[in-house]
Amino acid sequence: MAEQASAHGAHVPAHTGHGDAPLAHHFNSYEQQREASSLGMWFFIAQEVLFFGGLFTVYLVYRSRNALDFAIASSELDVFWGGLNTAVLIASSFTMAMAVRAAQLGKRNPLVLFLILTLLLGGVFVGIKYIEYTAKIEHHLFPGMSDFHFEVPPTVVEHFALSAERVAVMQQRARVFFSIYFAMTGLHALHMLIGMGLIVWLLFPAWKGRFNHDYHNPIENFGLYWHFVDLVWIFLFPLLYLLGRNIPHA
Amino acid sequence: MSSATTVPAPRPPEKNYLNADWSLKSWLLSVDHKRIAILYLVSVSAFFMVGGLFAMMIRIELLTPAADLLSTDSYNRMFTQHGVVMIFFFLIPSIPAVFGNFVLPLMLGTIDVAFPRLNLASWYIYSLGGLFGVCAILFGGVDTGWTFYTPLSSVYSNSNVLLAAMGAFIAGFSSILTGMNFLVTIHRMRAPGMGWFRLPLFVWAMYATSIINILGTPVIAITLLLVMAERVAKLGIFDPALGGDPVLFQHLFWFYSHPAVYIMILPAMGVISELIAAFSRKRIFGYKFVAYSSVGIAVLGFLVWAHHMFTSGMSIYAATVFSVLTMLIAVPTAVKVINWITTMYRGSVAWETPMLYAVGFIGLFTIGGLTGLMLATLGINPHLHDTYFVVAHFHYVMVGGAIMGFMGALHYWWPKMTGRMYAQGWSKLSAILIFAGFNLTFFPQFLLGYMGMPRRYASYPEEFQVLNVMSSAGASILGVGYLLPAVYFGWSLWYGEKASRNPWGAVGLEWQAPSPPPVHNWDRDPVVTEVYDYTDETIVRELRQRAAIAREVPIG
Repeated sequence: MAEQASAHGAHVPAHTGHGDAPLAHHFNSYEQQREASSLGMWFFIAQEVLFFGGLFTVYLVYRSRNALDFAIASSELDVFWGGLNTAVLIASSFTMAMAVRAAQLGKRNPLVLFLILTLLLGGVFVGIKYIEYTAKIEHHLFPGMSDFHFEVPPTVVEHFALSAERVAVMQQRARVFFSIYFAMTGLHALHMLIGMGLIVWLLFPAWKGRFNHDYHNPIENFGLYWHFVDLVWIFLFPLLYLLGRNIPHA
Repeated sequence: MSSATTVPAPRPPEKNYLNADWSLKSWLLSVDHKRIAILYLVSVSAFFMVGGLFAMMIRIELLTPAADLLSTDSYNRMFTQHGVVMIFFFLIPSIPAVFGNFVLPLMLGTIDVAFPRLNLASWYIYSLGGLFGVCAILFGGVDTGWTFYTPLSSVYSNSNVLLAAMGAFIAGFSSILTGMNFLVTIHRMRAPGMGWFRLPLFVWAMYATSIINILGTPVIAITLLLVMAERVAKLGIFDPALGGDPVLFQHLFWFYSHPAVYIMILPAMGVISELIAAFSRKRIFGYKFVAYSSVGIAVLGFLVWAHHMFTSGMSIYAATVFSVLTMLIAVPTAVKVINWITTMYRGSVAWETPMLYAVGFIGLFTIGGLTGLMLATLGINPHLHDTYFVVAHFHYVMVGGAIMGFMGALHYWWPKMTGRMYAQGWSKLSAILIFAGFNLTFFPQFLLGYMGMPRRYASYPEEFQVLNVMSSAGASILGVGYLLPAVYFGWSLWYGEKASRNPWGAVGLEWQAPSPPPVHNWDRDPVVTEVYDYTDETIVRELRQRAAIAREVPIG
């Protein structure tokens, strides 16, 4: 049995009854174009999961081996700033979801407004991260610097009756903790910065009212990316800041 | 075209994708999947030559027991660069980026991949990665082995680890993006009527490969990033002196790099399925089994990585599990091999050049696969680990498998890509030279390894010399075998006979397009049939008629 395919010449020409929504030449319909780009984005997010997944594996392996050392080291992190940043990111996910909805409905002004709000909240997140990093570097807790030094709190030494050798081991493992901390949050912050750049890039077509019912996949796909980056932080915050807070004297 | 049986009148010569525009810009900015395939073909061939050059240096050094031609230091650089170039810049992109790009949209009956601009971007990313790799070599080389094991790579090596790792890191994103592109293309761009079980097996292989690309490659990316961070910023992740664990690096590295073996071999298996069906004039035996076995290999391939690390220290229970899982891979692999042979059985086999490569593949790959089972056996592994037995094993799979597949694909689709036939006699001679040279090069290495010759040394005890000389002699035959195609393919571009639409009389949508195809692939709508439908007389007749018409039409 044989069927005729209509790969050639039969597709709907672009710019016909759809305003100026662009339909790429190799797609037959807006629906096909939307589905393809959305599926592509999901595959991209799948690779992002594995990209961060390598780091999470590193974290889990070392955390499970050095639970006490990591808990002591993580008590140096500032839960206030970390918690505030979590709230900021969740708020930005909300504004992003509103932006996607506005794009689907073809509403220009709300779209631009929510994109700008998302951008600002992203900026707040990165700003707070900057404050945190600066504090860590001032306290000699950045492993890349030659003056890295982690002081095990005396109360911890006393409570766990740590020998001098054990304290030295703990200091070395704290170095591993901060290496992982900077690697994970640094990679996450890089994703935030890239996301903010993409918002700026999307603002121009949004301002010109290019997005409508037929053509809004760039906004929708960017929304998926933004939510993903948000979600990574939702995992990072408890793993890095909160776990082990219950250990006394930490 | 409304009816499948009408034969259209011959048309005047048309513009095709090659002669549509001759400017350099039209090539470098092309988003046409066919032109991007040609860009890749040129780049991967260049890297293949570079990698081959390093291989020749290694084989010349090993002619004599002493380290006389190269210092041990340069020898370390030679085998590292041979591995890095061949794996990251030739084997991984080779079949998917060249033939996947060229024939996948044709096989699906569409006019391009889902994301044409991303496709071009992938080539630029690959080229940027390649540039880093070339710089690493030109500025003094890299000597860690292609595996970049820590802490050698992150602390002790004084060579250009950063540049080389950066090159591999960047090139990885090219394969991730190509994988994404193919997956979406296969899901969303199929012509009407092209169901999942009408897909050629090459498409199934591309699908499985792309899954590995997007799920495996990011892990090596982050791992290499951490190695670079450790080297530059002294982040202590893998360096024991900084509190890290080097064995963790090995786990992360092999989590990608073992599946990467399937990134290299699955596309070749897809090619072989095409060749065996086309030149046996038979529907492939057990189509669904072969299709699912590709997916099976991709899934199982993620669960066996630690078999590279049996001597690195792990619990005997973990080792047992990894050993058993590794042996399980033999099942879907054997399904393929047995189904290919069964397809040939009572088929009408035509011994064209691509078929020679296909049959060569079956023999060599089977040896490579079975010796893999030996290596997976816990009792034998410690004896053979890091010996030439391992080198021979993976060259039987990579060269005897993946490159035979690449060469088979090149000979099979060359008429489609260029619109020209190549010299049949010369190409058969070169296929035979490659087969003979390959066996002479690598079979002695099984014996060397079994006798205990370790890999990665410039010198060896004198009693190993005879086998090493045999191996080097074979390598020179192999080299000639690989150079010959450059000559006759080049010759064919100018003087080759014009290729018809379907010079092999094969079914498959790509053979319904003109040779070479026009910019938008089709001059008439392709007829979607059952896959490998060599039984339906009317369709075969229709295809032959079309081929006959095409022969009378001058091309270009």
